[in-house]
Amino acid sequence: MIELSDICRTFTVGGQEVRAMDHVSLTIGAGEYLSIMGPSGSGKSTLLNIIGLLDTPNSGTYLLDGRDVTSLADEQLAATRSRKIGFIFQFFHLIPRLSAAQNIELPLMLAGVPLRQRRQRSAVLIDSFGLGNRRHHRPDELSGGQRQRVAIARAVINQPAVLLADEPTGNLDRSSGAEIIDLLEGLNRAGQTLVIVTHDPEIGERARRRVRVVDGRLASDSGG
Amino acid sequence: MRPLDTIRFGLGSLGSNRVRTALMLLAMSIGVAAVVLLTGIGNGARLYIVDQFASLGTNLVIVIPGRAETANNTPATLIGETPRDLTLEDAAAVMRSELVERVAPLNIGELNAVRQGRERQVPVLGSSASFLAIHHLKLALGSFLPEEDWDIARPVCVLGSKVSQELFGREPAIGELIRLGGYRCRVIGILASEGRSLGFDTQEMVMVPVAFAQMLYNTSGLFRILVEGKDLESLERLKKHIKATIAKRHYGEEDVTIITQDSILATFDKILRSLTLTVAGIAAISLVVAGILIMNVMLMSVAQRTAEIGLCKALGGTRRQIMAMLVSEALLLSVIGGILGLLLGFAGSWGIAQVYPELTTTPPLWAVAAAMATALGTGLIFSLLPAGRAARLDPIRALARR
Repeated sequence: MIELSDICRTFTVGGQEVRAMDHVSLTIGAGEYLSIMGPSGSGKSTLLNIIGLLDTPNSGTYLLDGRDVTSLADEQLAATRSRKIGFIFQFFHLIPRLSAAQNIELPLMLAGVPLRQRRQRSAVLIDSFGLGNRRHHRPDELSGGQRQRVAIARAVINQPAVLLADEPTGNLDRSSGAEIIDLLEGLNRAGQTLVIVTHDPEIGERARRRVRVVDGRLASDSGG
Repeated sequence: MRPLDTIRFGLGSLGSNRVRTALMLLAMSIGVAAVVLLTGIGNGARLYIVDQFASLGTNLVIVIPGRAETANNTPATLIGETPRDLTLEDAAAVMRSELVERVAPLNIGELNAVRQGRERQVPVLGSSASFLAIHHLKLALGSFLPEEDWDIARPVCVLGSKVSQELFGREPAIGELIRLGGYRCRVIGILASEGRSLGFDTQEMVMVPVAFAQMLYNTSGLFRILVEGKDLESLERLKKHIKATIAKRHYGEEDVTIITQDSILATFDKILRSLTLTVAGIAAISLVVAGILIMNVMLMSVAQRTAEIGLCKALGGTRRQIMAMLVSEALLLSVIGGILGLLLGFAGSWGIAQVYPELTTTPPLWAVAAAMATALGTGLIFSLLPAGRAARLDPIRALARR
């Protein structure tokens, strides 16, 4: 489903070229559960951003569902992100003035889905994520775990092809972190492709397939 | 993104930072209110002055002896011959037309008015009974000049209220005699103390029958003839008629100048209109200043909301959508600020109308439309730069910060 081949990405930092991705090739199939690990600065976030179409590689090709998405224009990139990619961030990135339900519906609103349909689809997720009584609360009235659940609901509301989580438990205590991992793994069991970037080995080891990135290269790949 | 959602999202964003929004609304509404109020006052002043002129009678045609243009080198001007006087017969001839409502011949001079040792120099106007109606004057006491043939030099006079005060004090003046330039004449009326006419304060003048004035000044000519037309539409025909009639009587010589109240009015109207426009333009500058304020505040707001904008991009928002979101936010500000400004402006003009009831301060429709259009235009133009900056934001960097 995701086919990266020979991806290079260089940044210019202070007049010096830094290779964040050095000829990386990676194929991820539908329904996989993959963790990307590595020390900080190794390029794992860059890899995630390229998969998530937030960053474009300098060279190499990226096929998403068989379609070349390496050099799309802004409009098409945004449309592809909207339909195929769900993001989960370490710092949740909820909009503080919007309620939980409105935050969850944000991708649908951007995609132009009518209000009534949005309400229906978010209601289903809110119930199944155990946020039933938190529907109209604002992010600052929610606990960390609840915030991340809202963020996950927002990521999956458009039924994306792949769910990309960047340190999803990095800002949570142990028990709510475990709850979030349970939730994500539950989604994966239901068929959702899941990619988690983390430097926490305990979480990384849980994934069926583990990829290690060091200095912009794939150092090890447990399968695939 | 649906238009309604864009508006709702923008309103939510505006509502989340009340102080910032209130400040921008204030700037916008003051700008719009200034345009509305200043054009209202300007327009009110114009209407007031036009109205004042109209009360003198817009149908009025004034005939002055002599030609106004000097470029016209007729033999008469070459040999230095003065133009023929206007006479009472000329005035009578002009009156014989169905276009004419009233005619008043006029003579003006300055004479000593004496009564029991009190002496005072006053302008003395010789005219006829119709002068009262033509100049919308009112009598306080007694009667005006008698309605009779113009060539009867009846020694009577009507005093301005101030002249009457100075000559008679508190004593009754009607029926008493005064001396005007050596002739005795009887006081038959006193003018009400209001208004100016032909540049004379009606309180300080004395009116006598035209023939009596001609005798006092020892002349057979007239200072001018006042003609009131039947209606405004036939004024041009009336002018032609007067010109032809007098030319016929003056051996084919067109030796009079005809001016209409209407043309003076049009000039004033033009001047005041352009003044109103100037004032409105100055007020519009304050709207542009408000626009620049909006731009600055929006640039700050974009910097503050980097994460939110980056998030919207990551969630599938296009550059165009991000632009649209921020521009519509600015437009919402302009619309709300504009409406507040209109309310403020109308309230202000209502307030002024309470203090100066004679001034109609209702702003003209074009000013209201122009103020709103300027508000929207500045909102649009000055939001393009911050919105463009937001649209180009790199989502990775925007989301990296917390």
